[in-house]
Amino acid sequence: MSETVLELKDVHRTFMVRQGVFRPKRPLHAVSGVSLRLERGEALGLVGESGCGKSTLAKMLLGLLPPSSGEIRVAGKPFAQADRQAIARRVQPIFQDPYSSLNPRKTLAQIIALPLVVHRIGDREARRQRVRELMDVVGLPARLLESYPSQLSGGQRQRVAIARALAIRPEVLICDEPTSALDVSVQAQILNLLVDLRRELGLSYVLISHNLAVVEHLADRVAVMYLGRIVEQQPTEGLFAEPRHPYTRALLESVLTPDPGQGVPETHLGATFPNPIDPPSGCAFHPRCPECMGVCKTVPPRPLVCHPGMVECHLHDDETLRKAS
Amino acid sequence: MAPLLEVRDLRVDIPLAEGPLHAVRGVSFTVERGETLCIVGESGCGKSLTSLAVMDLLPRRARRSAARLALDGQDLAALSERRMADIRGNRMAMIFQEPMTSLNPAYTVGNQLAEGLRRHRRVGAAEADARAVELLEKVGITAAGDRLGQYPHQLSGGLRQRVMIAMALMCGPDLIIADEPTTALDVTVQAQILHLLRDLQRELGMGMVFITHDLGVVSRIADKVAVMYGGQVVESGTAEQVFNAPLHPYTQGLLRCIPIPGRTERGGKLGSIPGMVPSLVGELKGCAFRNRCPWRHPPCEEDVALRELAPGRAYRCVLEPEQALAHGRAA
Repeated sequence: MSETVLELKDVHRTFMVRQGVFRPKRPLHAVSGVSLRLERGEALGLVGESGCGKSTLAKMLLGLLPPSSGEIRVAGKPFAQADRQAIARRVQPIFQDPYSSLNPRKTLAQIIALPLVVHRIGDREARRQRVRELMDVVGLPARLLESYPSQLSGGQRQRVAIARALAIRPEVLICDEPTSALDVSVQAQILNLLVDLRRELGLSYVLISHNLAVVEHLADRVAVMYLGRIVEQQPTEGLFAEPRHPYTRALLESVLTPDPGQGVPETHLGATFPNPIDPPSGCAFHPRCPECMGVCKTVPPRPLVCHPGMVECHLHDDETLRKAS
Repeated sequence: MAPLLEVRDLRVDIPLAEGPLHAVRGVSFTVERGETLCIVGESGCGKSLTSLAVMDLLPRRARRSAARLALDGQDLAALSERRMADIRGNRMAMIFQEPMTSLNPAYTVGNQLAEGLRRHRRVGAAEADARAVELLEKVGITAAGDRLGQYPHQLSGGLRQRVMIAMALMCGPDLIIADEPTTALDVTVQAQILHLLRDLQRELGMGMVFITHDLGVVSRIADKVAVMYGGQVVESGTAEQVFNAPLHPYTQGLLRCIPIPGRTERGGKLGSIPGMVPSLVGELKGCAFRNRCPWRHPPCEEDVALRELAPGRAYRCVLEPEQALAHGRAA
């Protein structure tokens, strides 16, 4: 039986932004109506272009940003009733840039032990023991214990960040572009580590990345975000084999596999990403959609359950298609 | 006819307290008109310094030397700083990785676009603006006229990168050097920018040096590929040769590191290259890759020469070609 570790129900997050000194503030819907579930031991990929709201979503999942409306539950308990520490004990982050996410004036031992200190876990000796254990788990040699982040390579720093995230035995890791700042050969090492850790520790991942090859490699299920909404969700295999949403298709077409002679694919995404303060009418994707119909310009599509997964597109809505014809 | 860009035995040394850092160690390549050379490698391999050395934009402390460094037959190494400044941005132009840090936040887009043209061609403001609008439209920016008055912070990342490309094209250069021009962009925008560069290059017959660590990008746009490791070119050839029959163990290792949807097993072990890049400080001897190489043996302790199999096809390894190929397939 599967068990839901993290659940979002119709989560919205709105920011008020000022566009000019004398102009009134206007709402920016960074996340509008996202519902998601993460099962224990599952890896969920979250993809989309910059500005689609994936980082705002990550911040809310970490309890760093309250939703404007909707509910987030961790292990069945609503976030609203839990304090920051209680959330942090279950959900931990790994950030993109291992150069800025580690305090340059602390040693590795101090960095990795910090969550244990904050959460008052163990005494001095127990913490030392745990730090050594963690360094071993992520493949850092014990001789680096007293080193500073500046003395490490990019890959080693990302291992430190992973060790720190694991210190208080969380259930969920929110990985925001965990390998984007790394070299190709180092990226492979970190991906291998993430795969192993998940298997050994039974962790669940929310993997945010714009690198679809990385998502395909790690995730069991993928959610595609566009302008604050999830427009498609499917098990990874199905999504890559049979994408339902035209946006997903365009994303997949832009993946450049190392195949000489194939040239650069044409994505047919003419216009650029829309301004989130002034979202297009109807379906937010319609100005870029190669299969746009009349109805797409006026009526927002509704989420449709397909088995397995969901999609939000008029092309798959029999009712709309019947009316249109 | 002389190639558009000829680089032979280029070296860049940076003096450090611990001794000289040999960042680029004898790199040679040529680029013809209308041709794209991709230089690929990981951080610290010397690919960016190679491009800066060609543009004569190295940090002040760095020392450059080359047996030959010529644009269209003209020796660049012998030029005075002033003459070089006449060529830079004019006959050869550079596109940098970070459009946010390479554009000046205090000047409008139009101002920055016009600057090069006015400096090199002594044209008036109206003419420079007209050329700027023409190029902004060419790189696919809508409402180009309005953009001239905007500041970089008012543009999205994709638009800024397009502005950078338009800026590099202002004087109609013969050679473009692009250092990771799409790395900071979304995949969808990346595809558009790559298309744009390809089309413009064909249309204008420019030569292009494209520097990246992304093997997918390389395979799709390169006519020729040079793989760099430890300040040297370790393998070169056409994109087909390098990707379909890689000879150097480093190239082979890199290609095994990347996940490929549909081909690598999901959640399976990816290949990895153990160890770390060597330090390039002080006296260097032997193959730079030997500490991470699965096929290391005694001859690797001596310096390894580049073996040329055919014009343009070369690799730097003691293994015979058949052996190297077999190793590549086996691992």
